[in-house]
Amino acid sequence: MSSRETVMNKIRVTLDKVCDASGRRTVAAARIKAPPENLIPNRAKVSPEDQVQMFRDWAEEVSATTERIEKLNNLPTSLSDYLLSQNLPSEIKASDDPILGKVDWLSQPTLTRKTGIAEEPDQVSLTVAFAGIAETGTLVLHAAPENPTTLNFLPETNIVLLPRSRIVGNYEAAWQRLRKELVEQTITKIPRAINWITGPSRTGDIEQKIQLGIHGPRRLHIIIVNEV
Amino acid sequence: MSSSTSAQFKANVKGALGDNHLQKALRGFQTGFVHNRKIAIKRLQEFDDLRDKARDIKNHTIAHMDAYLDIYQQNVEFSGGRVHWAVDGVEACELILGICHTAGAKTVTKGKTMIGEEIAINDYLTKNKITPIETDLGEYIIQLRGEMPSHIIAPASHVSKDQVSEAFKKAHSDLPKGRSLEEPEELLAEARAMLRDKFISADVGITGANFLIAETGSSVIVTNEGNGDLTQTLPKVHIVLASIEKIVPTLEDTTTLLRVLARSATGQEMSSYTTFSTGPRHATDLDGPAEYHVVILDNGRTDMLAGDFSEMLACIRCGACLNHCPVYNAVGGHAYGWVYPGPMGAVLTPGLMGLDGAFHLPQASTLCGKCEDVCPVRIPLPKLLRQWRSQVYNRDLLDWKTKWGIKYWSILAKRPALYHFFVTPKVRLLAWCAKKSGHLKSIPMLKGWTENRNFPAPEGKTFQRLWRERQK
Repeated sequence: MSSRETVMNKIRVTLDKVCDASGRRTVAAARIKAPPENLIPNRAKVSPEDQVQMFRDWAEEVSATTERIEKLNNLPTSLSDYLLSQNLPSEIKASDDPILGKVDWLSQPTLTRKTGIAEEPDQVSLTVAFAGIAETGTLVLHAAPENPTTLNFLPETNIVLLPRSRIVGNYEAAWQRLRKELVEQTITKIPRAINWITGPSRTGDIEQKIQLGIHGPRRLHIIIVNEV
Repeated sequence: MSSSTSAQFKANVKGALGDNHLQKALRGFQTGFVHNRKIAIKRLQEFDDLRDKARDIKNHTIAHMDAYLDIYQQNVEFSGGRVHWAVDGVEACELILGICHTAGAKTVTKGKTMIGEEIAINDYLTKNKITPIETDLGEYIIQLRGEMPSHIIAPASHVSKDQVSEAFKKAHSDLPKGRSLEEPEELLAEARAMLRDKFISADVGITGANFLIAETGSSVIVTNEGNGDLTQTLPKVHIVLASIEKIVPTLEDTTTLLRVLARSATGQEMSSYTTFSTGPRHATDLDGPAEYHVVILDNGRTDMLAGDFSEMLACIRCGACLNHCPVYNAVGGHAYGWVYPGPMGAVLTPGLMGLDGAFHLPQASTLCGKCEDVCPVRIPLPKLLRQWRSQVYNRDLLDWKTKWGIKYWSILAKRPALYHFFVTPKVRLLAWCAKKSGHLKSIPMLKGWTENRNFPAPEGKTFQRLWRERQK
């Protein structure tokens, strides 16, 4: 008997005492087909504009920094200003997201932008979020050919562009959007990695003192753009 | 399975109470998590209702576990990953070694995994000439010190800053000897620099999983450092090591559990990084592992499911019961002698390793009930501790003094008049002895109660007398 059978048989023998195996399979399949929402806290059931503010408040509470710009073409200036303020080089490794393709990068000729995976010694990355969750100031990003996951974790500074329309109240809304997009684009596999990011990397492992930037980014800067 | 000193619990406790370093660390530890949790739950009005939901989800999943594990495996395989099953720790170690050998691995980076501690995977890999490198800062520190974690989410909470500095100076011998390592910032910078190369050069990354999602075939890790993500993104092979009860039906169910997990653990609204990993990199992805393996471990859990302790399988490993436990806070995690300390450990350890080597652990509780009060999935820990105690008694594992003590006590406790006759004069005597300070420095024949702290004296009247007076 394989180990799988050994383990599964033991589970079955115990559970069969309460409900038969086919009954269990039916219940499980039904829950997966139509996942119940369980309980969504009321916290983020506010107006869209208040959700933006709530997102910023929670993100800043966990040491992320946020700013808001009007148009996509304000992005290069905004990036340059931020990098200057943090004493960082004017070089970014960016995702190849179509939104970034719409930006007029020539307005900041001193800003060097490369795309691809993050590698040493890349210091600053720029990514585009799939969603922003107001209830805890959490960013959602996912792996895709144009969005390598290493950009979220390797560089010391991670800058994330978040279109205002992608800010939702709760995590469940982001799951629904993801499912909808996968169906619309007839993609059967979910992205390899889905990352919820709530503030920069932190540790309390040395005498419970919170310190930022242990392995992932030390700085997380979120730029919310009103119009895309 | 990793070696255990649970059988020497009493000696461990003596050592822990006399260890000034540890006592200082424990005093520092007591405030943070408990305080932050309190704030976090005050800010979320639905917190208690979410705990009910979380409990229901876990209980539902346990009751349909085989069905969800089946669906989970199908979905992992659909995403291009592989699932391996292990009946026990030895088999899990062999499976992991096999995958490492096929990958030609020399070094393995590791995210924090308690199952890895349970099966002692590091020792096994080292013996087979593969170097495991812990990357969670706390795990890295205890790996350098050759210790077990003392807390399930803060593994190095017993180590002082100076001890970390000492361990770093010894391990990082290539760095300048005279460098300053006084400040936490300096320690952090050194750890970051030292581990960076390891992340990049490792051949295999091993992580645990907080949850396995049946709906999508995903494994979920929750971290604050980002080490788990570098571990599972950079090497060409990712191995997930998880036990059967980590299974959860859907993304929504996982989300509900995540809402109670971090708040209960560290008091965070959400941990910095929550990552849902599904299979190896897609053909068009630019990064991510080329292979994705899941090793699913039983190691005694199906026996727990069949017996009286199945409720323990709902545990989501937040550590809240440790943080709030007066016994854990007095003796720390190492005294429990194995991987899982505190109330959850006192229930789980006998379940996984058998009662003979761990029967002291369920005794080490005041049954104050705080653990159940704070458990995010409402596991009735005091009830389960009592169940173990009655098994310990019935199997005659106690020493004769304790056994006869319990016998006499039960004779007294069942006869109120007799109880009064014996206890009332003693209560009066103790109250009289301590009438000035309100506590006793020593009590004849009860050294164990007063060795490490003063014993609070009775007020002078028994509970029953006070009750009668109130009724009048």
